Amino acid sequence: MTSEVQTTGEHGDTGDSHCHHHVDNRWWISKYVFSTDHKVIGIQFLFSTLFLMLVGGAFALAIRWQLAFPNTQMPFVNTTFFAETGGQITPEFYTMLFTMHGTVMIFLVIIPILAGAFGNFLIPLMIGAPDMAFPKLNMMSYWFMWPAAFCFGLSLFYEGGPAAGWTSYPILAAIYDAAPGSGFAQTLWLMGITFVGVSSMMGSINYMTTIINMRAPGMTFFRMPLTIWAMFITAILQAFALPVLTAAGLMLIADREFGTCFFVPAGIVVNNAESTVGGGQPLLWQHLFWFYSHPAVYIMLLPAMGMISDMLSCMCRKPVFGYRPMVYSMSAIAGLGFIVWGHHMFISGMNPALGMTFMVATIMIALPSAIKVFNWIGTIWGGHIEFNTVTLNAVAFVSMFIVGGLSGIFMAAVPVDIYIHDTYFIVAHFHYILFGATLFGIFAAIQFWYPKMFGRMMSERLGKLHFVLTFIGMNGTFFPMHMLGIAGMPRRYANPYLHEYLEHLLPLNQFMTYSAILMGAAQFLLLINVFGSLIWGKKAPKNPWNANGLEWQAPSPPPHGNFETQPLVYRGPYEYSSPDHLDKDYWPQTEREVYDPTPTSTV
Amino acid sequence: MKRLWWIFFLMIWPVLALVVCAMTPGLKWGFPGDGLSDSTIGVEIDHLFYVILIICTVVFIGTQVAMGYVLWTASSRPADRRAWYSHGNHKLEMIWTVIPGIILLFLALYQTRTWAEFRMNSAYPEAAKTNIIAEVNARQFEWRMRYPAPGKTLERKPQIDDMYQVNELHVPAGTPVTIQLRTQDVQHSFFLPTMRIKQDAVPGMIIPVWFEAKEPGEYPLVCAELCGWGHYKMGAIVIAHPPAEYEAYMKSLHEEQFEDGYIE
Repeated sequence: MTSEVQTTGEHGDTGDSHCHHHVDNRWWISKYVFSTDHKVIGIQFLFSTLFLMLVGGAFALAIRWQLAFPNTQMPFVNTTFFAETGGQITPEFYTMLFTMHGTVMIFLVIIPILAGAFGNFLIPLMIGAPDMAFPKLNMMSYWFMWPAAFCFGLSLFYEGGPAAGWTSYPILAAIYDAAPGSGFAQTLWLMGITFVGVSSMMGSINYMTTIINMRAPGMTFFRMPLTIWAMFITAILQAFALPVLTAAGLMLIADREFGTCFFVPAGIVVNNAESTVGGGQPLLWQHLFWFYSHPAVYIMLLPAMGMISDMLSCMCRKPVFGYRPMVYSMSAIAGLGFIVWGHHMFISGMNPALGMTFMVATIMIALPSAIKVFNWIGTIWGGHIEFNTVTLNAVAFVSMFIVGGLSGIFMAAVPVDIYIHDTYFIVAHFHYILFGATLFGIFAAIQFWYPKMFGRMMSERLGKLHFVLTFIGMNGTFFPMHMLGIAGMPRRYANPYLHEYLEHLLPLNQFMTYSAILMGAAQFLLLINVFGSLIWGKKAPKNPWNANGLEWQAPSPPPHGNFETQPLVYRGPYEYSSPDHLDKDYWPQTEREVYDPTPTSTV
Repeated sequence: MKRLWWIFFLMIWPVLALVVCAMTPGLKWGFPGDGLSDSTIGVEIDHLFYVILIICTVVFIGTQVAMGYVLWTASSRPADRRAWYSHGNHKLEMIWTVIPGIILLFLALYQTRTWAEFRMNSAYPEAAKTNIIAEVNARQFEWRMRYPAPGKTLERKPQIDDMYQVNELHVPAGTPVTIQLRTQDVQHSFFLPTMRIKQDAVPGMIIPVWFEAKEPGEYPLVCAELCGWGHYKMGAIVIAHPPAEYEAYMKSLHEEQFEDGYIE
């Protein structure tokens, strides 16, 4: 890669843009509620997902309560809510809790906060576009999240709530009589999934079109920030994987409501109901479900990986180490991500020969992940780092991702998976990825782009306190889960201590619950920081981090239409501390430089 | 000295993690029981687990030390010295692509034999192919066993002289045995934690599972696939007898179940 200054030929420097300089006189409803402005939609997604994170977190704490103090009265919960059980968690309620914890956190928090909030806010700004390619579709994408939230919410009021786990395996999820939670609540749950699918699909089409067609002059693909690459790859993943989930969901709804038998074999007698007429295959659901839900794991991770690369580079005042390898490894993760879904099914009874191929593909996906880790460490190497909240969260991301990545190898190895499948080991693994990596990435990203979103800085002091408490709480909660898994504690048990070989794990579980309570409480610091800084935050300049990206050339917060003049892009996003540019240690992508025919460095 | 504090904070946890891992066997948080597998294939699984654990520990220490080092140097760089302007290093990229690639490929191939032995019919031990002792039929929320009468082989259809038991599976120790796993209603999973055996029971399918209890004794059997509200309580025991005692037990079970009250 060269660091030479390139002028962008035919686009020239006339600044010939069709930028918006009109007075914004829209009605407040179309400005803040039914807005088509990508920034407002992004902020709507951000606030909604932060709220829903509290809901999902409350479910998590209830789960932890039951595992630490089984069948005792929950604190803070008025017995009027749970009068018939005296404030206790019943096993039916427990299955509903972990089902909805997974559902809310995955479909209503992590995916929308990454793609919805940050994807929306950052894509047009970082590529120099005035808005998304399809602003109205974008607005619809946000508003389609609410029917989903409504369906999930309503399902809680039906008997048992949806209780087949977030994976909703048939027969449990296919037949009304299978469990207290398999009634209409399950159909509502499937409708909710369909709505989030529609919402994500609209987003992903929009992101792809915007990134392909609306890049500013000079913004070639290989001058795009890694955040944009990650969002682009994520959008492709969603567009290819989601139709399969939607189709599977509709098939399961048909099985439940219209008497089809896609997933229901003959002669099954559930709970003394009539024997099924059948002809279907339950494993088909697992294949279809994981064909979406495994790529979904990368949908929940890649955008954070991209954002972390950008933030680390800026915080270390140093170019990203190995930009192209980073792009290629993200593409490899996405590509391999489509052929590894079977590792969720090693012991499901599918053809064992498939176990071998899926194992090799799955273990090989550790390779691009490892390359990314090495490159992040390389990015910090020789940098000029300052430990602010963004850096701390970003470093924690890398550190936690290492643990999550390594524990994945245990699960990928089929024989070892025979033992640890569906134990707490897998729970440890995906929480290290989804909380340890993705959420720390999100915390960093909130702190980093907040000044651009709201024109004010977040509190460093609160941010650091939040980081320290969350980091301690998170490791205290999730690290011992590895031990529980190796001790053979299956997941989704309302009371594991019924079994003699698990009895001695109670004190460890209590420690984890205390850690989880600490972690949960710490999230209020984040909320105080996010909402308090709206009022008390220091006014932010245009470019508070001295970063290179296009978004920092727009005012903070950017007006409708984003840029005052059409930005032109002259170089990649990571020209920090360039020896060709000595008056400051950063070099914005838009800054025109007189062409120097004798470049001093061509690294 | 703030930066020292932060590096300490970020780098103390991998140390703690290693300490906790090292203490795990002593605290009985690791593998259940005495930490040794109670079945023959479990021994191989444990071996593979430890191979991966060792490789992962080395990588974990390596990456965390590298992380600590780069954080240390990057935060102690003098203010007047610019960051190192580098877009990467092709040679390094090659090294850290090829070497992990080889290790991972080795790991993947190293696993295949045990997997084949556990699940591929052609690689089963000879005894497991002939020694089909019971059908295990899972239902909400119990395990139902069906044994053939002593001296007979297990038929797919229930026979008039079959014997039945609930939540108790009797097997001979010291020899591979196969059970036919099926479910009557939703999905379940046949999980023997101390033997490291697990297999889902899928509606509409009959799946053979073989294992060999090394010693006579009682071993827990639990369900590992969500099967409804009572999933957690679906426990049973596997009782392994010395072979001679097993024969005798099966005979007495048959007598007990077919006792018609008529005395000659």
